Amino acid sequence: MGNVEQVVHSAGHHGPAKGLTRWLFTTNHKDIGTLYLLFSLTMFFVGGCMALTIRAELFQPGLQLIRPEFFNQMTTSHGLIMVFGAVMPAFVGLANWLIPIMIGAPDMALPRMNNWSFWILPFAFAMMLSTLLMEGGGPNFGWTFYAPLSTTYAPPSVTFFIFAVHMMGISSIMGAINVIATILNMRTPGMKLMDMPLFVWTWLITAFLLIAVMPVLAGVVTMMLMDIHFGTSFFDAAGGGDPVLFQHVFWFFGHPEVYIMILPAFGVVSEIIPTFARKRLFGYTSMVYATASIALLSFIVWAHHMFAVGMPLAGELFFMYTTMLIAVPTGVKIFNWVATMFRGSMTFETPMLFALAFVVLFTIGGFSGLMLSIAPADFQYHDTYFVVAHFHYVLVPGSVFSIMAAAYYWLPKWTGNMYNETMGKLHFWLSFIGVNVTFFPMHFLGLAGMPRRIPDYALQFADFNMVATLGAFLFGLSQLLFVYNVVCCIRSGKKASNEVWEGSHGLEWTLSSPPPYHSFIEPPIFSHPYKDGHRGE
Amino acid sequence: MIRIDRVLLLTSVCYVPLVSAEWQVNLIEGATDISRSVYDLHMIIFYICVAIAVVVFGIMFWSIIWHRKSRGAKAAHFHESTWVEIIWTIIPVVILVSMAVPASTTLIQMYDKNNADLDIQITGYQWKWRYKYLNQDIDFFSSLTTPQEQINNQQAKSEHYLLEVDKPLVIPAGKKVRFLLTSNDVIHSWWVPALAVKKDAIPGFINESWTLVDEPGIYRGQCAELCGRDHGFMPIVVEVKSPADYQLWLAEQANLKVAEQQSAQRQMSQAELMAQGEQVYKARCAACHQPEGQGIPGVFPGLVGSKLMTGDAAEHINVVLFGRSGTAMQAFGEQLSVVDLASVITYERNAWGNQGGSVTVQQINALLKE
Repeated sequence: MGNVEQVVHSAGHHGPAKGLTRWLFTTNHKDIGTLYLLFSLTMFFVGGCMALTIRAELFQPGLQLIRPEFFNQMTTSHGLIMVFGAVMPAFVGLANWLIPIMIGAPDMALPRMNNWSFWILPFAFAMMLSTLLMEGGGPNFGWTFYAPLSTTYAPPSVTFFIFAVHMMGISSIMGAINVIATILNMRTPGMKLMDMPLFVWTWLITAFLLIAVMPVLAGVVTMMLMDIHFGTSFFDAAGGGDPVLFQHVFWFFGHPEVYIMILPAFGVVSEIIPTFARKRLFGYTSMVYATASIALLSFIVWAHHMFAVGMPLAGELFFMYTTMLIAVPTGVKIFNWVATMFRGSMTFETPMLFALAFVVLFTIGGFSGLMLSIAPADFQYHDTYFVVAHFHYVLVPGSVFSIMAAAYYWLPKWTGNMYNETMGKLHFWLSFIGVNVTFFPMHFLGLAGMPRRIPDYALQFADFNMVATLGAFLFGLSQLLFVYNVVCCIRSGKKASNEVWEGSHGLEWTLSSPPPYHSFIEPPIFSHPYKDGHRGE
Repeated sequence: MIRIDRVLLLTSVCYVPLVSAEWQVNLIEGATDISRSVYDLHMIIFYICVAIAVVVFGIMFWSIIWHRKSRGAKAAHFHESTWVEIIWTIIPVVILVSMAVPASTTLIQMYDKNNADLDIQITGYQWKWRYKYLNQDIDFFSSLTTPQEQINNQQAKSEHYLLEVDKPLVIPAGKKVRFLLTSNDVIHSWWVPALAVKKDAIPGFINESWTLVDEPGIYRGQCAELCGRDHGFMPIVVEVKSPADYQLWLAEQANLKVAEQQSAQRQMSQAELMAQGEQVYKARCAACHQPEGQGIPGVFPGLVGSKLMTGDAAEHINVVLFGRSGTAMQAFGEQLSVVDLASVITYERNAWGNQGGSVTVQQINALLKE
């Protein structure tokens, strides 16, 4: 026993290894969190360049810059990279950094697997991006890769795409297992499940969603692989298969997937708003139940993506009603955030600005989602720019803004230095204007009849497309400010206190800024931040 | 007349209310009872969303303005209330139920496909539509007519840029027309906003939809499901004619059929075949095989100096007539007239330095009969 104690004790004092091997072989949750976040930022710019290529081509009617076959590769790669390369790894990065220090654990439960689940990703994405240089081009069938366009009619590189998706799936499943093992086993004594910070709760639920649906994605791409190379006919009507089956299986993965990208965002915002409103989160219990309800509902709404495939009436009605129901728990969350702000004592630092924009703009995305759930109206909206506007509103000022908010909120904790507040605010306002100028006109384009995924369009769509492109470049370029601000903050800046924010609450703020390489070697004494006369109460 | 909802929409984005086609911001009401019901649903749900937004964002901005620390606001201590949670769970449920009722009614109407006066089979092809009037001898393809020069910005764009076709779908006004949709290759989606009809055309499936248009007119739409390279270039034009004009159109189609059969009897010179073949090639083949026959490596094979072009003519005809299964190369035997087939094959065999000799209408006919 004495030996064990000694080993644990000495581990507490040893710092990171030197050089590149620190990052290659690291099992430290903070290092791996940093790697995930940097990888995500890189992919955000790669996918962003693709988005700007798309918007540049759509600046005017006619084909100016790229040909339609390359345009399709851009829309497909942009979607895949942003979903699997930017948003998901960013949230896993936040989970790695924050969950252990929020629950008072020394590290993630499965550190070696943690290393592996990160280091798979660069290879998966290198393989996927390399398909763009292959003969016949990269994936060009949309990020939803509907068969038979993605099987019988796909470019030869589709096999590499399938393998890349398998690798991403393995990475996500391992990450999710790690999160669940950590949260369920490594909370500091005294911290009950209903004492956990909401970010930890939302990630616990997200991790279960990941484990439930990533294997379904792996299944569907494996069926594609069989159809392409081994003569099966899962999705080929000519061989007795069913192209609609592909969509059912894909969206059974795909709909929970969109909640995988938003639930941790709910968690982030639920941490930030109480801090800057200096008031305890309203309705903690209902927030937990609402998150769980959304997760459960996400399994029985998938076919609302398929209202136009010709389902029977009963199917259309079922999926319309269940989809409308999602508005209820989502509404509860938004009302709770507003009630938290109500009669608070608010200040508006950069993380709060991003969180407030999240509440407003995510809600707008929720409204268009509610409109899309009305099946008869969906026949007019489906596969138009109205849908593009909808999911970009929930993903960009939704997920991405929450990630930005999280980065600004915890950067001083991670680096020990304050970021530049003026530059942060400038970044926020440029992003806020850019995002709305880009995506709001897309509602109009969709309602006026512009289909999505087209490289060229009829003349009546010209004006709003031009506006959207200008907005996209404003948004894209202003993200360089973020990078500059983060780099400056890592290198220097005003020293941050342990609490960092006046209203901060939770175990991570009891650590030094930056926290020691190995934190919470001994479990901290848990006292509920509000129940024990903590500030803010 | 400026519609009140349009004004609301426009002012809601602080935009100068210029009501013109270019800045169209809302759904169109369309030309059928169904499309008007859909429009009404759209507006009701939109207003509900606006009302909720006003209340929620109102309270939020009230707090942001008045409950800020710089104004000396002190934070209150309340942090939960079961009653409040129950109330703001029940109110949305009530709103949703009130929305689900009209939505279900409209959906049930849309699914009533009985008692159609006319059945038309619509088949999606990469990248054109085929319209076959069931129980009548009418069957034709409808493809984009916008010239490549306009798409590539070498010519000014015409009024209906990308929304114009060689042969529109013609239907009678005041009659219930049922569409049976399927596809020859990948999934397409047939969408005409003014009819509020959008239905996927799926290989191996037959989907049903219907419309009943009151007034004659021309309605335009596009393929709505990503279907490959030229997904953006397969428009739909529906011409709704009065019943009398529709009868005239039917008679005209019958006459055209006879004329086509006669022209197939005539011997054509190589020069004639080449001239007509060039036209057909540009319209039907150049999108993939490229205007100069060079193809796109790894995607679409080049035709310049290809063995198929210079070798046995029968093999070449066979590929054009029956396609290559599992590739984008379609069976053009059912899409083009025998004269067009003979000309385009002759053109491919003799253009760009190819020396494959010409092909006659009789050769095509012989192979088609086999």
